Amino acid sequence: MMKLVIAAGGIMILVALFLIFRIYTLASAAKGKNKKPVDSSNKWNAALIVLSIGGMLVAAAWYSVKYFDDYTVPVASEHGTEVSRLFWWTMAVTGIVFIVTHILLFVFSARYQYSEKRKARFYPDNGWLEMVWTVIPALVLTGLVISGLKTWNTMTAKSPSDAENIEIMGYQFAWKVRYPGSDGVIGKYDYRLIDATNVFGMDFSDQANFDDFSPREIHIPKGKHVQFKIRSRDVIHSVFAPHFRLKMDAVPGMPTRFGFVANKTTEEMRQETGNPDFDYEIACTEVCGRGHFSMKIKVIVEEPEVYEKWKAGQKSWLSKNQDYIVKVPKKLKEAAVIKAGLEED
Amino acid sequence: MAPEAQATLHEADAHGRDHEHEHHEDSFIRKYIFCTDHKMIAKQFLITGIFWAVIGGALSLIFRLQLGFPEMDLAWLQPVLGKWITAQGKLDPEFYLALVTMHGTIMVFFVLTAGLSGTFSNLLIPLQIGARDMASGFMNMLSYWLFFVSSVIMFGSMFVEAGPAGGGWVIYPPLSALPQAIKGSGLGMTLWLVSMVFFIASSLIGSINYISTVINMRTRGMKFSRLPLTIWAFFLTAIVGILSFPVLFAAALLLVFDRSFGTSFYLSEIYIGGEALPNVGGSPLLFQHLFWFLGHPEVYIVLLPALGITSEIIATNARKPIFGYKAMIGSMMGIAFLSFVVWAHHMFVSGMNPFLGSIFMLLTLIIAVPSAVKVFNYLTTLWRGNLVFTPAMLFSIGLLSFFISGGLTGIFLGNSAIDVQLHDTYFVVAHFHLVMGSAAFFGMVAGVYHWFPKLYGRMMDKKLGYLHFWITFIGAYMVFFPMHYIGIAGFPRRYYSFTNFDAFSSFADLNSFVSVAAVATVGVQFIFLFNFFYSMYRGRRAPKNPWRSNTLEWTTPVNPGHGNWEGEIPAVHRWPYDYSKPGASEDFIPQNVPLSETPESNLPHEKKALESKKK
Repeated sequence: MMKLVIAAGGIMILVALFLIFRIYTLASAAKGKNKKPVDSSNKWNAALIVLSIGGMLVAAAWYSVKYFDDYTVPVASEHGTEVSRLFWWTMAVTGIVFIVTHILLFVFSARYQYSEKRKARFYPDNGWLEMVWTVIPALVLTGLVISGLKTWNTMTAKSPSDAENIEIMGYQFAWKVRYPGSDGVIGKYDYRLIDATNVFGMDFSDQANFDDFSPREIHIPKGKHVQFKIRSRDVIHSVFAPHFRLKMDAVPGMPTRFGFVANKTTEEMRQETGNPDFDYEIACTEVCGRGHFSMKIKVIVEEPEVYEKWKAGQKSWLSKNQDYIVKVPKKLKEAAVIKAGLEED
Repeated sequence: MAPEAQATLHEADAHGRDHEHEHHEDSFIRKYIFCTDHKMIAKQFLITGIFWAVIGGALSLIFRLQLGFPEMDLAWLQPVLGKWITAQGKLDPEFYLALVTMHGTIMVFFVLTAGLSGTFSNLLIPLQIGARDMASGFMNMLSYWLFFVSSVIMFGSMFVEAGPAGGGWVIYPPLSALPQAIKGSGLGMTLWLVSMVFFIASSLIGSINYISTVINMRTRGMKFSRLPLTIWAFFLTAIVGILSFPVLFAAALLLVFDRSFGTSFYLSEIYIGGEALPNVGGSPLLFQHLFWFLGHPEVYIVLLPALGITSEIIATNARKPIFGYKAMIGSMMGIAFLSFVVWAHHMFVSGMNPFLGSIFMLLTLIIAVPSAVKVFNYLTTLWRGNLVFTPAMLFSIGLLSFFISGGLTGIFLGNSAIDVQLHDTYFVVAHFHLVMGSAAFFGMVAGVYHWFPKLYGRMMDKKLGYLHFWITFIGAYMVFFPMHYIGIAGFPRRYYSFTNFDAFSSFADLNSFVSVAAVATVGVQFIFLFNFFYSMYRGRRAPKNPWRSNTLEWTTPVNPGHGNWEGEIPAVHRWPYDYSKPGASEDFIPQNVPLSETPESNLPHEKKALESKKK
C-alpha cells in the first residue's frame, strides 16, 4: 500500500512538473519571438560559470589542505621517496596550469559576454604566440620526462647479487610467499607438480627446494635490498604495496620481479602514523575474479638482526610436509634430510 | 567551370531532385528502418546510442550504490536483478565485476564510439562538405545494421544464466579465457566477443565510407583547407579507426581460438580448478599489446569527434574565428599519429621490459604537447569573443574544462615512475572519466543541442538545457574529482568493497558523497531525454540558420529531404570561420557567399585572389 502511495505521489509530481513546463512554454510562445540573439540568460550563465568554477577551485583547495594526511600514503622505501617527490613536482606544475587555465576560462566567459554594440575581435592566428605555447609545454614536459626516466631506471635496475630474494605467488584468491632458506636459492618449480599441498609446484629433484620455507606473512629487513620474484599460477594478479610505492603484475608463465629497499620498520611506521595497529599490506590491483578485493598479505619490516633471527627460526616446507620426501630422488634423500632439517625416525 | 562539368552537375542535381521525389513515396520500412539517407542513419545511431547510455548509466548506479553504501539492503533490486542479489540483500561480487565490465564496454564502444561518431559523422559529413549523401548509402545502412546486430547480442549477453562478461572491459586473458576462473568468462564472454566482431565490422564499414566521402564528394571550392574542423576531426577519427580496429579483431580472434579450440596464444603454465592445463608457451602480454594497440587510439576515436564538434560550436557562439585553424588541424594530426605509438603506457607494470617503458613514457608525454596547443587555442578563441551561452556552448566550455583537468592528470600517469603507484587505482578512474568519458559525453550532448534543429527541424528548450548543463557539469565534477584523492590514497579499482584492508578503510564518507552525486547526475539526464523527445514533436519550429552559423548545413531547407539541397549544391568560396570580420555588416559570412559580394570585408590576400581571378 505504502509503495503504491509513493509511486502515485511520484507520478503526480512528474505530471505537475510537466504542466508547469507546458504553461511556461505556451506563455513564452504567446509573448512572441525574441528577435535578439541573446536574452537575460546569457548574463546569469556567465555568472554561474564564474561561481561554479571558482567554487570548485576553492572546494578542491580546501579539501586538499584539510584532509592532506588522509589521502597521502606515507612512504617507506628508498625509491618511494623519489617517486613521491616526482609526484609532488608534477602536482605543482599541473596544478598551476589547472588554476591558470580555469581562471582564464571564467574570466573570459564573464568579460566577453555577447553585446550587440560590440563585435568580436577577428583574430584568426598568431604564429609567434602558437610557437610559444608549443615550445614551453614541450620544455616543461622534457624536464618531467628526464626526472621520471632517472627514477624509473633506478627503480627497475637489476637487484644486487646479495639481495634478499623472496618469491610471491598469486592465485585465486590469495598470495603465497616462499623464502630460499639457508642456501639462498629459491628452488625450481613446475606448474604440473602443483597439488593441494604443494601449492608452489616445488620440484624436489632440485636440492634448492629442500630448505625453502613458506611463512604466512612476509618479513623483510629494513635497509637491505629485497627482490620480490613474482609469479601467478592461474590468472593475472598484481602485487601492490602502497607504502613502498611498489606494483608489479603477477603473470602466469612469465615471472616478473621488483627490487626495493624498505627504509622504515613497521614499528617506526606505527610511531609516525600514530596508529599502534598499523601494518604494511599487499593488495591485488589486477582484476582476477570474485575475490579480487580480498587478496591480502601482511608485510612486516624489521631491523636486520631481528629479521635474521626470525629467518633462522623458520622450519622448511619439507619438514612440515614430510610426505613429500617420497618425491625426492633416491640419491638426494640424504641431502634432503639434512637440508630440510628433518628428524631421523 | 567547363561547360561539360556544369552539365554533369546539373544532371546530378536533377537526379538528386528525382531521388527526393521518389523518397516521398518511400514505405515506412525504407524510410525509417532500412534507410540509406545519411540523416536518418544518424538518427538511428543517436537513438541507439541514447538507449545504450541509459543502460550504461543505470549499471553504474548499481555499482555506485555498492561502493557508496556497502551496508545498504539491496533486496529492492531483486525484481530486476534476480539471483544477483543474495538472500542477505547484497550484490553478488561477481555480478559487481560484470556490472563494471559492461558499463565500460557499453560506454566506450556503444555510446561514445558508435553513438558519437556514428551520429555526427553521418549527419555532418555530407551536410558540411556539400554532398547529397554518403559515398555509399548502402554501406552506410549496413554499418548501422551491423551495429544493431552487435547491440542485440551484447544486450542479450546480459541475460544469460552465468551473467555477462566480467573480466573488465579490457578482457585480459587468462581471466577472460577460462570459464573456471570467473562465471562471466562463459557464455557471456563468448557473446561479448561475437558482438564486438559485428561492432568492429560496423565501425570499419562506417569509417571507409566517411573517408571516401570526405575525399571524393566535397562540393566546388570546398578545399581541404576550407573544411570545418568537425569534418577534419571525423576524417582523422575514421583513419585512426580503420588502422586500429582490425588489431582488436585479431586479438579477439586469437582469444576465441584459445577459448574454444585449445590453442595457447595467451595461455601458459596455468593450474586452476584443481588441474594443470596443457597450455604452454603463450603470453598474456601479447593480448595486452594487441588490445591497447586499439585501446589507446580508441581514446582518441572517442575524443577527436567531440573536440571537432566543440571547435565548431565555440567558434560559432564566440562569434569569432577559431584561433589557429591550421594549428588545430596540425595538432589533431599529431594526436592521431601519436595515438598509435603510446599504447604500452597502459602496461608499465605488466612485466614488460622496463626499457620499453622508458620509450613509451617519452612518446606519451609528447602527445601532451598538441593537446596543450588545442587548449590554448580554445582559450584564445574565447578571448575578446562575443560569447553567446547557448546550451551547446555551455557544454563545449564544460568539455574544455574536463579536457584540461583530465588531460593534466594524464601527465602523472604517463610518467612510468609515478604510474607504479597510481596504476589501476581510482586516480586512473578519475583521469579517464574526465578526459575521455565526461569530455566526449559533453561533446556529444553539445552536438545534439547544436544540431537538433537540423535533425528534427525544431529547437530544444533552452531553459531545460541550462538546467541540464548546470547539474551535469557540477555533478560530474562532484563524482570524478574526489576520486583523485581516493586514488592518491592507493584505493584499487574494480574492488567490490574496501573493508578487507587497513590501508583502504577510510573514505567511506567520500565514497557515499560520490555515489549521491552520481545518482543526481544520472537522474538529471532524464531532463535531457524529456527535452529531446518532447522537442522532437512539440519544440519551437527552427529557423533556417538558428545560430547564425557559416557552415553549409544551414543553407539547406529546415527539413532537408533525401539529397539535402533542393536546387544545386552551393559552391564554397571561403573558410568556415568568417565571424565578426572587420567591415562586414553582419557578424558572420556563410561559406557559400562569394568574395565578390563582400568587397567591404575582404582581407588583402582575398582582394588579391579576387583580382587575379577576374584577370
